Order: sequence, then C-alpha cells, then structure tokens
Amino acid sequence: MKTYSAEIKIMLKKGILDVQGKTVENSLNSMEFKDLHNVRIGKFVELTCQADNEDSAKAIINQACSKLIANPIIEDYHISIQEVKGE
Amino acid sequence: MKFAVVVFPGSNCDADAYNAAKNDALSDAVYLWHKDKIIPSDIDCVILPGGFSYGDYLRSGAIARFSPIMQEVINFADKGGSVVGICNGFQVLTEAGLLPGTLMRNSSLNFVCKDVNIKTINNQTRFTSQIPNNWVLRIPIAHGEGNYFADEDTIKSLQDNNQIVFKYCDENGNIDDKSNPNGSLLNIAGIINKNGNVLGMMPHPERLSNNILGGNDGLYIFESIKKYYSK
Repeated sequence: MKTYSAEIKIMLKKGILDVQGKTVENSLNSMEFKDLHNVRIGKFVELTCQADNEDSAKAIINQACSKLIANPIIEDYHISIQEVKGE
Repeated sequence: MKFAVVVFPGSNCDADAYNAAKNDALSDAVYLWHKDKIIPSDIDCVILPGGFSYGDYLRSGAIARFSPIMQEVINFADKGGSVVGICNGFQVLTEAGLLPGTLMRNSSLNFVCKDVNIKTINNQTRFTSQIPNNWVLRIPIAHGEGNYFADEDTIKSLQDNNQIVFKYCDENGNIDDKSNPNGSLLNIAGIINKNGNVLGMMPHPERLSNNILGGNDGLYIFESIKKYYSK
C-alpha cells in the first residue's frame, strides 16, 4: 500500500448564486478594492489515502466526495493527488 | 399511535417535538438515540428534530445522514412509515436522499428567527389533512440554511406531483417575495416525497403547538398524523 495526499477544492456550481462571495465582493468594493470582482467562496479539504496506486486512490476519494464531502446538487469538486514518499 | 423522536448530538428541538407529540397531541412518544440500530415495530411516525446535528459540520445534516439510526429511518420510510423532518431534520432528509433538493445558506446570510406565515398548498396529505382550507398557519422559523434549492427538472416534478406542501406567504395568504424569509425557490417551506409518507419543513410546528406558547397552529400537523393512524 502507498500513501497519497489529496487536496480537494469544493465550489458552488456555476450559475448558483454564492451569497457569501457576493457579500464579500460588495464589502471589498466599498473599501479601496474597486477592481475586484467575481468573488466566490468554497471549501478546501486535505486528507491522506492508503491505496495500491494513484488510480485507486482517486477512485476512493472521488466516491467519498460524491457521498459525503461535497453535495453534488449544488457543488463541484476538484481533486489534486500526490504520492507521499519516504514514509 | 406512537411517535419516535430521534436525538442526534446537537439536536435541540427534540424535547419540544416529544412534548408536542405527547402532551399536546396526546399520543405516545419515545426518543431514539442516533446510535440505535432498531426502530421498534410499534412506531408509526419518526420525527427528525431541529437543531445543529454534529455541529452542522461540513454541511447541515451531512454527517447525521450517516449515523446508524438513519439507515433504519431510510428502511422505515421505504416501507411506508411516516417521517417528519423539521428544520435540521429537513436538511438531514435531503442529505439522505429521502427528499429531493437541498437547503442552502439563507439569501440574506442572516440567521432568521421569527414567526412566519405559511400557506398549505396540499392538504390532501397525511401530514396536513386537518388544516382548515385556506387557513394561513403562523409558525416560527429559526435557521441560517433554509433556502430551498433544486434544479429545474426537480422543481417541475415537485409541482407535477403536488409535492410542495407549504409556501411562505403574508398574513393574508399572498405568496410573494416580501414574505420569503430565506430566498427559497417558489417560497417553498415544506415538501413531501412522491409516496407522500416523508415530510420536510423548515418551520417548527412543535414550537407553537399549545396556546400557552402563544399559538397552536403547529398542532394541526400532529393532529393530521394522529388522524391518519386512527383510521
């Protein structure tokens, strides 16, 4: 078994109003940051996974994302994965 | 008939729901613990109460949905048992896939805690049969994530199958943007599943089920369920 570390970025799907992002954008624009737009706020998850190879690690994490970590009705997720060497 | 109220770590309306079922609707009621793996065979209606199960970590209801009792609640619902999810309980039901759609952050970003008016869109259900025609219910809400969302196809299917049960309205029953407290699509406050045995609603009927609490509109929902099982 190898160890993989993964970073998962979860964002609201395009087209779904991100009220939190919008509020932060309005606040920025009322400060000195008039040129900042399209603020969107998501979640970032780190985890490690024991698996035989990268493909199976990806498959496990993908399943975890669709079952629990993200809500596929409103959220998209992106997984970046990397083997942890020297353990 | 007998109600069972599920207690998750972080539930905070479990005692209210138990009390409303037992002392206001005068029915038998028991508690079930989130680690329980059995729903006793004499239970007719399971209530998933309001609160902040598992601290609302990750998403409201997302962790509770995988607690041991929930697999039993899913089996219970599949066999036709009545399930009511109130507020956080509604969020758990959508996460569990027992009801379609999801509940997003309120469009105002505020936690909204106040009495609202809701109109019964479908009173031909086991949860709403005792609500008088055209009666506008006044029931409290208390949530930060009650903004009902579903894709277009799901909304169409909810409408086609008469699954939208409650909508936010003004005191005269007009359904408009002004009376929408959280940004829910179509002012949706409560829905049922296709089979009609699972209800999810953001307002808290158990908090206004006796006149000593300032009103008893919530009691209609408990009375409807009781009536269904007295047949």
